[in-house]
Amino acid sequence: MSVINLAAHEMAAKLNDGSLTSVELTNAHYDQIAQVDEAVHAFLYLDKEGALEQAAAIDAKRAQGESLAPFAGVPLALKDVLTQKGIPTTCGSKMLEGWRPPYDATVVTRLKEAGIVILGKTNMDEFAMGSSTENSAYGPTHNPWDLDRIPGGSGGGSAASLAAFEAPLAIGTDTGGSIRQPAAVTGTVGVKPTYGGVSRYGLVAFSSSLDQAGPCARTVLDAAMLHEVIAGHDPKDSTSINAPVPQVVKAAKKLDVKGMKIGVVKELQGDGFQRGVLDRFHDGLDALIAAGAEIVEVSCPTFDYALAAYYLIAPSECSSNLARFDSMRYGIRIGDDGNRGAEEVMNLTRHEGFGPEVKRRIILGTYALSSGYYDAYYGSAQKVRTLVMRDFNAAFEKADVLVSPSAPTTAFKIGEQVDDPLAMYLNDIATIPVNMAGIGGMSLPCGLATEDGLPVGFQIMSPAMKDDLMYQVGGTLEAALLSKWGAPILSQAPELAGSK
Amino acid sequence: MTLNFDEAMVKYEPTLGLEVHVELNTNSKMFCSCSTQFGAEPNTQTCPVCLGLPGALPVVNGKAIESTILIGLALNCSIAPFSRFARKNYFYPDMPKNFQTSQYDEPICVNGYLDVEIETEEGPKQFRVEIERVHMEEDTGKSLHVGGATGRIHGADYSLLDYNRAGIPLVEIVTKIVSGTGKYAPQVARAYVTELRDILRSLGVSDVKMEQGSMRCDVNLSLAQAGSGALGTRSETKNVNSLRSVERAVIGEIVRQSNRLEAGERIVQETRHFLEESGQTRPGRSKEQAEDYRYFPEPDLVPVVPDAVWIEELRATLPEKPSARRKRLQAAWSVPDKEMASLVNAGLLDVVEQTIELGAEPARARSWWLGEISRLANEKEADPTSLITPASVSEIIALIVAGDLTDKLARQVVEGVISGEGSPRDVIEKRGLKVVSDDGALMAAIDAAIAAQPDTAERVRGGNIPAAGALIGAVMKATGGQADAARVRELLLNVLGQGGK
Repeated sequence: MSVINLAAHEMAAKLNDGSLTSVELTNAHYDQIAQVDEAVHAFLYLDKEGALEQAAAIDAKRAQGESLAPFAGVPLALKDVLTQKGIPTTCGSKMLEGWRPPYDATVVTRLKEAGIVILGKTNMDEFAMGSSTENSAYGPTHNPWDLDRIPGGSGGGSAASLAAFEAPLAIGTDTGGSIRQPAAVTGTVGVKPTYGGVSRYGLVAFSSSLDQAGPCARTVLDAAMLHEVIAGHDPKDSTSINAPVPQVVKAAKKLDVKGMKIGVVKELQGDGFQRGVLDRFHDGLDALIAAGAEIVEVSCPTFDYALAAYYLIAPSECSSNLARFDSMRYGIRIGDDGNRGAEEVMNLTRHEGFGPEVKRRIILGTYALSSGYYDAYYGSAQKVRTLVMRDFNAAFEKADVLVSPSAPTTAFKIGEQVDDPLAMYLNDIATIPVNMAGIGGMSLPCGLATEDGLPVGFQIMSPAMKDDLMYQVGGTLEAALLSKWGAPILSQAPELAGSK
Repeated sequence: MTLNFDEAMVKYEPTLGLEVHVELNTNSKMFCSCSTQFGAEPNTQTCPVCLGLPGALPVVNGKAIESTILIGLALNCSIAPFSRFARKNYFYPDMPKNFQTSQYDEPICVNGYLDVEIETEEGPKQFRVEIERVHMEEDTGKSLHVGGATGRIHGADYSLLDYNRAGIPLVEIVTKIVSGTGKYAPQVARAYVTELRDILRSLGVSDVKMEQGSMRCDVNLSLAQAGSGALGTRSETKNVNSLRSVERAVIGEIVRQSNRLEAGERIVQETRHFLEESGQTRPGRSKEQAEDYRYFPEPDLVPVVPDAVWIEELRATLPEKPSARRKRLQAAWSVPDKEMASLVNAGLLDVVEQTIELGAEPARARSWWLGEISRLANEKEADPTSLITPASVSEIIALIVAGDLTDKLARQVVEGVISGEGSPRDVIEKRGLKVVSDDGALMAAIDAAIAAQPDTAERVRGGNIPAAGALIGAVMKATGGQADAARVRELLLNVLGQGGK
């Protein structure tokens, strides 16, 4: 077993005891990327020079006996929707080709301060709109479990980089499931923290009231440790919560759910959910029961409307957020031949620069906000959102956390749903309510579906600012399943061209 | 035939609406920490937030909220316990995000009023202008269109964009419909903007310099048949950049619209631009096809929920209303109405008050500022308050009262100070401007005058006191105007046996 197959906290331990340097660790990951990424295509940009420089600096500090943060020297893959000073940031769009932001996102600042080595930027659906990473202007990412299949989306690049051992840690963003659904279909762990728990400053907005950056990893503890690096109040983000960060690392290490009430959401199973997904979900429930948790069923009837409401709110905000891409200040510019006016150049640029799914949502959102339609569409959707929150509040009266499958199916084939947007949207049916309510959600692997041998995700939802509860349940479930399987689920993934 | 203003006002009844934009004088912008200093090199006062770079987020400037609440309180508004920002979506190159962060259906201040007083044929009359709302928003950048004939975008070769102004905090103050003014609409509009400007200045929240654009006014005006009680179609005149222009724009629109209506044409709902030279307006973009700004609550900002105690603390800091202050000062200084109006219109109230506070008599302080100093300022086409300080003026007045300067000498001192020759003392010293108070020197001049005009002297001896004027004049001339005329008169009459007269 190579060093790259370790969990991030195990790598950190080796760095600490001097048996490994950050430069060695970083190089090992670049070697793996060199071997497998042509097939996986998880990365859009590699900053090898910058990363190795950072790794060497951390090694020097460690050699001097400086006290360092827990993950200092551990590499990470950054979703290409967060700005990193001087590093190309495309959001998976042609529109931003060549743009190098002049500033760091707050998440990136905190990663750098913690000494985490940023390997590069990962592929994603254009502007985070999609569930398969097929909407990237730079070509799809392939699922390391089966290269003909999608790695989920929008953060397919981040999840695939973990599953392909190209990085032990990654950052994703989750507007309707873009961290959790990719985690589910790649057999990795992904967490959407409580809205406002992690700063959005420097996260290129898709839907401001739903977007949330979060940790991606191969273990619950790694995700918790990364969570504590990036979370916390940021005065640059008005919607960031000014309260202590929940103690998620402590919770992930508890490995105890005795007496906890786990609510199974009635509306998030059954019709539309793949047989094997439901079976593995029930295995997870059994493991929790065995660990001493009490299972209760809860009903959230308005969840049936959450998807429809989401597809009004998110496009509405997106139509406004993406208006700034007009070629005037940054990004590509089309048709500026000296004979065309600004308006025409804006039109041509937006026509060329945006892909079909982005255009679809801009048009949908523009329509939903138009005078005469606003109340019926955007207004009604906001009401549904309030009702979804009420359903959650009522459910959390009966249970400490809620659970469901993370996604209705395992990874589907590349190309299978590209011409059917509605089918594509249904991939997020289980994850969207969490974003609508602004609460926390986690996906962790709960086994492989019998019919296709592909990973299934188990979703845990916790009340706002009680993110520690999902880590407590997730950590316990992970440990129970690991002892049952005898090895991490990724050890069952097929061999890629690289080391294993 | 063409209607003039008076004829138009016989047949039509005007309805006004005034929208005033004010740039707040906060040190930093509305949603970022960039400087708001006027006149910097283009695009030097920008950052990811005010440039609308991908990923950047706004944070509200607390000082801007405080200033807006102060404005609302001074305009007798209710302060909303919960208000929100909203996005106004439209594309324009000088707007970095292609939406303006503004307020829409939940503004911070609502339902106020401002009482203004105007002169009418029946004497002073008060009008109440009701305020619909006071809300916050951010300014846009500036476009400079290069080439073409007019500096307008149409026909330009290319455009330059300066985002220094983008994100500067703006407050928009919108009146309700102002009706019932009849022919006094132009004066009411001007008085409202004047009073508003004075209030904003007294609050210290804005520079309120219309010529620099820190206060801008849009005039909405419609006409209806007199007595019909109906509401006509309105035009919105922009670019009204002085108090005088406000009045002229109202007159111009009343004349234009009434003549259209007379000709049987309809008024088009449109934006018009005020032309400073002619006092008329020209059409801008038509609003016939209403723009859809797709307003929705700004998800990047949390609602504004001002603390009730804080609001009361702010209320307690409100300065005296300019109108009340004017009344108080007028009474204290016993100034006639007309002269008070002159002081106010000339913007001299503050300096006169300061001059008086430094010890000058009110009458002298007023007459120096309104008279000689204003005359010199007029010659130089400058603001009188920028030429000389109240301290210098009060010092000069003190010297006059002490008999060290005559009025004539004092005028030279003022002229010297304004020309940059230094303080009043410096000017007196350098120019040798000192009253001749040596009686011996005066007596020699008096004797010479009597000798030169024996007949006149004889008439004075005979009791014709007014005849002494010619002799006094001669003495003053002989002393180069530096003698105290009163002392000359006293000495002369003594010599001619008319002492004590």
